[in-house]
Amino acid sequence: MQVTTILFSSLVKKYLMAVTGLIGVGFVAGHLLGNLQVYSLLGGADAFNAYAYKLHHLPYGLLWIVRIVLLATVAVHVWMAVLLTIENKRARPEGYADNSTVQATYASKTMRWSGVILLAFIIFHIAHYTTRSVPGMKYNETIEKVPLMKEGKPVMQSGEVVMTFDAYTMVVQGFSNLPVSIFYIVAMGLLCLHLTHGVSSMFQSVGLRNHSWQKRLDKIALVYGWGIFLGFISIPISILTGVVS
Amino acid sequence: MNLKLKVWRQPSQEAAGKFEIYDIESVSEDSSFLEMLDILNERLLEKGEGPVHFDHDCREGICGMCSLTIDGIPHGPERATTACQLHMRHFKDGDTITIEPWRAKPFPVVKDLVVDRTAFERIIQSGGYVSVNTGAAPDGNAIPIPKKDADFAMDAAACIGCGACVAACPNASAMLFTSAKASQLNTLPQGRPEKDRRTLAMVSTMDAEGFGNCTNYGECEAVCPKEIKLDMIAKLNRDFAVASVKNLFGKAG
Repeated sequence: MQVTTILFSSLVKKYLMAVTGLIGVGFVAGHLLGNLQVYSLLGGADAFNAYAYKLHHLPYGLLWIVRIVLLATVAVHVWMAVLLTIENKRARPEGYADNSTVQATYASKTMRWSGVILLAFIIFHIAHYTTRSVPGMKYNETIEKVPLMKEGKPVMQSGEVVMTFDAYTMVVQGFSNLPVSIFYIVAMGLLCLHLTHGVSSMFQSVGLRNHSWQKRLDKIALVYGWGIFLGFISIPISILTGVVS
Repeated sequence: MNLKLKVWRQPSQEAAGKFEIYDIESVSEDSSFLEMLDILNERLLEKGEGPVHFDHDCREGICGMCSLTIDGIPHGPERATTACQLHMRHFKDGDTITIEPWRAKPFPVVKDLVVDRTAFERIIQSGGYVSVNTGAAPDGNAIPIPKKDADFAMDAAACIGCGACVAACPNASAMLFTSAKASQLNTLPQGRPEKDRRTLAMVSTMDAEGFGNCTNYGECEAVCPKEIKLDMIAKLNRDFAVASVKNLFGKAG
């Protein structure tokens, strides 16, 4: 059979959706673990800034490799979602008067909407904390550099203290803005919803699920989704309530 | 019992359709859904109106002809039940029941509630068979088959090809049907020599027919009168991945 026929088949789109989804699932877990260092129990300001410094000084241009892979992942995930949506709409030109469903979950029926809002969130999030170019939140200009700390002592390089961007203060200032924090919390709620369907669904799409594993994977997806949700929202909530400052 | 029926009427494939409301009185709770429609049609004929066209054949739940979406659910509210085996006692006196045809682009409406499901036949034609040389009938027990495989193949073979999976799927995907028909043969030793070719061909025909893509809602499984499980779809996903890679290296069977 022609390779192109296979490449453009419905199932390859699903495989790409699942694989890019898996990369995303792994990324959010790593991202959460990194973020949790804002808590003094898990490191606090010095550890958080040192972590940010480390990411920005990875060898072999790894930071950019990871960034490009992640952006490509999001691009493919969205591209496949668009293709699937267009084709699926085309497959039912005339809808039902009664749109009842029997067992489809709320999460599965709202993947498109949670996905679209999450895409908007990702764009805002990158502008907010990575490129720091949201008007009125240009932290580059207002936040001063701080010494890079290691085990409680400033890191010295050729007789001088190494200075680094104060990412910790950036996060605290960023989440002190109530509307921004609310947007983050809502977006994480949608991410939770997206994950509760996606984490189990991606196994089905690549054929690694059966009836008994479906039950387990659905539970794993639920726990994972809630874990990610509670973990991420704890940070803006802690900052707004003054637990982290 | 007295009912109000909201029935899709469409004179032909090209013509636009619309809902007609019919009041139907003194229907026995023991009549089946199709018998209730027979009663409606007799009364329509008595009044000189055209009867409602709908597909049916065996009325025993095994032929796969009946194809009614009842209150938004293909084959109606009862699980593992075809519309012909659905009885009126599952409805309440005074209910309004909406009856629609299967709705999918590859299943054009022929008339009223009758749809053309030939697209399914073309999927079967592209790979839903085994090539067997003619000659003396082989001994039935010559090839040992593990019980687990035989059971799985039987579960797949239970598919009656009614198309409720397509009708229920928010994407009008035919994955449950195609996966059952492919898995039935892919699981058994007799079907294995042509497994890769079959899998690739049936999926590509399914796509070419214009069915939607599976996004794992699970609605198909919920409405399937023969309780075909999503496991079949997972197996097809798996078989297709393996067949695609083998095909790339010219090794597809």
